[in-house]
Amino acid sequence: MKRGLSLFVLICMILGFIFLYAPIIVLIIFSFNKSKLVTVWQEFSFDAYVNLVNNKQILDAVWVSLKVASLSATLAAILGTICGYVLTRFTKFRGRFLFLGLVSAPLVMPEVITGLAMLLMFIQLDGLLQNIFGIEPVGRGLVTLIIAHTTFATAYVAVVVQSRLAGFDRSLEEAAADLGARPFKVFFLITLPIIAPGIIAGWLLAFTLSLDDVVISDFTSGPGASTLPLVIFSKVRLGISPEINALATILILIVSVGIISANIIGRQREKKN
Amino acid sequence: MSEKGKPGSPEPWRDKSSKPYIRIEHLVKKFGEFTAVNDVSLSIYKGELFSLLGGSGCGKTTLLRMLAGLEIPTSGKIFIDDVDMATVPPYERPTNMMFQSYALFPHMTVEKNIAFGLKQDGIARSLIAERVSDILDLVQMKPYAKRKPHQLSGGQRQRVALARALVKRPKLLLLDEPLGALDKRLREQTQFELMNIQEKLGITFVVVTHDQEEAMTLSTRIGVMNAGQIVQIGTPQEIYEFPGTRMVANFIGSVNIFAGRVIEDEPDYVLLHSDEANADLYISHGIACAPGAEVWVAVRPEKIVASRTAPAETRNQLKGIIKEVAYMGNLSVYLVKLETGKIVKVTMPNQVRSSENRLTWDDHVYLSWLSTSGVVLHS
Amino acid sequence: MATAKQKNLVSFLQKIKPNGSSVTIFIPYFWLTLFFLLPFILIFFISLTQPVDFQQPPHTPIITSTENGLQLNLYFGNYQALTEDQIYILSIVNSVKIATISTLCCLLIGFPMAYGIARSPDRWRNTLLMMVILPFWTSFLIRVYAWIGILGKENGLLNGFLMWLGVIDQPLDILYSDLAVYIGIVYSYLPFMILPLYATLEKLDNTLLEAAADLGSKPTNTFFAITVPLTMPGIIAGCLLVFIPAVGEFVIPELLGDSSSPLIGQQVRSVFSYDWPMASTLAMMILLVLVVPIFIFQYLQNKQTVTK
Repeated sequence: MKRGLSLFVLICMILGFIFLYAPIIVLIIFSFNKSKLVTVWQEFSFDAYVNLVNNKQILDAVWVSLKVASLSATLAAILGTICGYVLTRFTKFRGRFLFLGLVSAPLVMPEVITGLAMLLMFIQLDGLLQNIFGIEPVGRGLVTLIIAHTTFATAYVAVVVQSRLAGFDRSLEEAAADLGARPFKVFFLITLPIIAPGIIAGWLLAFTLSLDDVVISDFTSGPGASTLPLVIFSKVRLGISPEINALATILILIVSVGIISANIIGRQREKKN
Repeated sequence: MSEKGKPGSPEPWRDKSSKPYIRIEHLVKKFGEFTAVNDVSLSIYKGELFSLLGGSGCGKTTLLRMLAGLEIPTSGKIFIDDVDMATVPPYERPTNMMFQSYALFPHMTVEKNIAFGLKQDGIARSLIAERVSDILDLVQMKPYAKRKPHQLSGGQRQRVALARALVKRPKLLLLDEPLGALDKRLREQTQFELMNIQEKLGITFVVVTHDQEEAMTLSTRIGVMNAGQIVQIGTPQEIYEFPGTRMVANFIGSVNIFAGRVIEDEPDYVLLHSDEANADLYISHGIACAPGAEVWVAVRPEKIVASRTAPAETRNQLKGIIKEVAYMGNLSVYLVKLETGKIVKVTMPNQVRSSENRLTWDDHVYLSWLSTSGVVLHS
Repeated sequence: MATAKQKNLVSFLQKIKPNGSSVTIFIPYFWLTLFFLLPFILIFFISLTQPVDFQQPPHTPIITSTENGLQLNLYFGNYQALTEDQIYILSIVNSVKIATISTLCCLLIGFPMAYGIARSPDRWRNTLLMMVILPFWTSFLIRVYAWIGILGKENGLLNGFLMWLGVIDQPLDILYSDLAVYIGIVYSYLPFMILPLYATLEKLDNTLLEAAADLGSKPTNTFFAITVPLTMPGIIAGCLLVFIPAVGEFVIPELLGDSSSPLIGQQVRSVFSYDWPMASTLAMMILLVLVVPIFIFQYLQNKQTVTK
């Protein structure tokens, strides 16, 4: 312990955590409520969950979301790893500043603008492809969603990989070259395994962001490609519904189990080392 | 096995007929405006343990990295066993390096780390296992074969790094501050082990170090570097006893330097006068320069004798008062102030235990040294 | 043989001392240029066109070919319209105001929390940090949604609780007001404030605070003279990470806010459905407001990567 916490800080922390968690807890509790009026407690039941499982629209959306998230996270992991590598290793090349801007801007750009800009670009590109190459228009749908999600998630992966690479001892790569490994092998036998935890973390982050995104998806998706957040959003606009509470509970449960177990595994490995 | 131990050529660099194993010719490395290595030429013979000694930023590590192929020379040539290394990338060079940070691959066990280099050469698996096992025995790390680097102590890591570099039996082994990360006690112990291994395998070593004691203990020869250039090459004894410049004299061990003017210069002696010491200094070797030339005389502190009574020999005699005494156990260090104000450092062994009659503060003493003890320096 | 070796050397040099032509740079560069940079240039040009009904795309072409070659058609009417119709300017001002106040609230709540986490016992620190990150990984939309049930006027939990306590006797109109938007933004973006603050506070050398105390500085003075200046990078990063997305926020005001006074993010979305050029113009206005904060953020990012 570095130093005792003052009472003030302690109270702030407790209130802060109540603020962060109270809404989530309320949400979970009321997912087991029988009443149609979500916030008036009537009786414990699993009705909401039963309804949820029978809701084809939501199940379809889950499937679309998983497809988009896994594909775009994988693409973003590849692109983001290259970006992170380029930014830490190639300290001088023409256009580095622009490149840095391109990589980090999606982190802070308001989603409304990114979504709008991408949509307009997709329409323009579609027109170009049609007019010049005579290709059937791709339209808005899974492809545009995946491209859009990949683009903004790349930035997040790049940041994670970059921080992993920043603490990377360059002499490890030199040692491998010195011991006879060609550059290609150096990358795959030394660099990649060592930054792998960063890439995996980046992938998970990209996956979650894609699974969570509303605004950019709203712009870039089309008919037949409604992601889960889009379906939730359209339902939520009409007010609260017990099914959404049930869905939220399941999502929170999955994420919590995932994060807590990842944390415990990580800590155990640390201890073992 | 050991070239160094061969009675025929214990010091190949003195033998005109012996052929250097590594030749460095007019090597230059510039980083932008900064010249890290400035026109270095050097010959190293088979089986040598050659040290590059110098302060930080003197270019010694850059020189080592050029030998490994990790830096590309701006100009100049490197030959290893008569092969020009200019276009050979690091992964094809017959050299291996032990990195200062050891650079052990954190995701591989000790065994895998050591086998890494052999695998790159496409050697049969059974042979790899055998050679890894042999080298683990040599560095006494057999029990730790399955451990990962972070589970090892600093000394153990150093052994693994050494084993990993040795296992490929390179023509030349490069060591960047091999003992720098170890504490003093371990360092002394490891120095001798390193020498043993080198003698056993007969591999040529080039060691970079900033620690003069380490260089003195390990090396067959030392190259002292300063500002990108090699200022002196010689055996540890030569470097210590006959430093070529004031910089070398100061860098290796401690030294008293007296500026002086040549009075007489004959083939077998030099007589000069030092205003600083207000005395005539006599050195029993000639230096071949004109009377009146400005030179310096270097005298090591342990070569000076301090006594309360005047010695019989009147040459190389100074008078002063003891200003500081530092008791070091095996010896004592005295700082003696001459009448001119110059401070002279003297070290004397503590041969008797009793502290009676020992020189102490404010004692008036005579300082003297043999005519063979001083060295004349021109720069 | 020599040439093969030379080739090897050249490729090795490119790998470790690469020049700008390297393919590795090209792939992400190309992707980000095509799907991120060009789209922004495009909205700029579309903001300089006029809407046209029943046409795809629904705006006048930017470039037309005439007898005299290609001609650039620029129309500044959209920007002029901004000055005539106050509604857009008002929503921008309102958005900036809400983002600013929310950012300050995040800082006020987040700093003590980050401070507390950074100074709590080692065995607690990881768990506390995880508790901050956990909501960040759970769906943003769902966390905003949770507040609807809490803040609602009829059957809202907060109103029910306050009335049960007897603090109020009429339910408060919190949901669908600016206050609800503040709560939503602070709640959603709090982790973005805490994490960079924690990162700098954790690195803060405790001996500096001890040295200050040893030199006679009282805790409050130490806090403002040592802790705050040294954690400035974290404070700035945290504030920018909250402020910038908050200005263009769409989901939170849409779900919790007053629909009669939409924020600029909502305006872009709704105007887009009938007038692309005007939506693009509004997007450009948001960018104009954010250009300075974004550049500061970029500068800090760059400084960080270079010093590493």
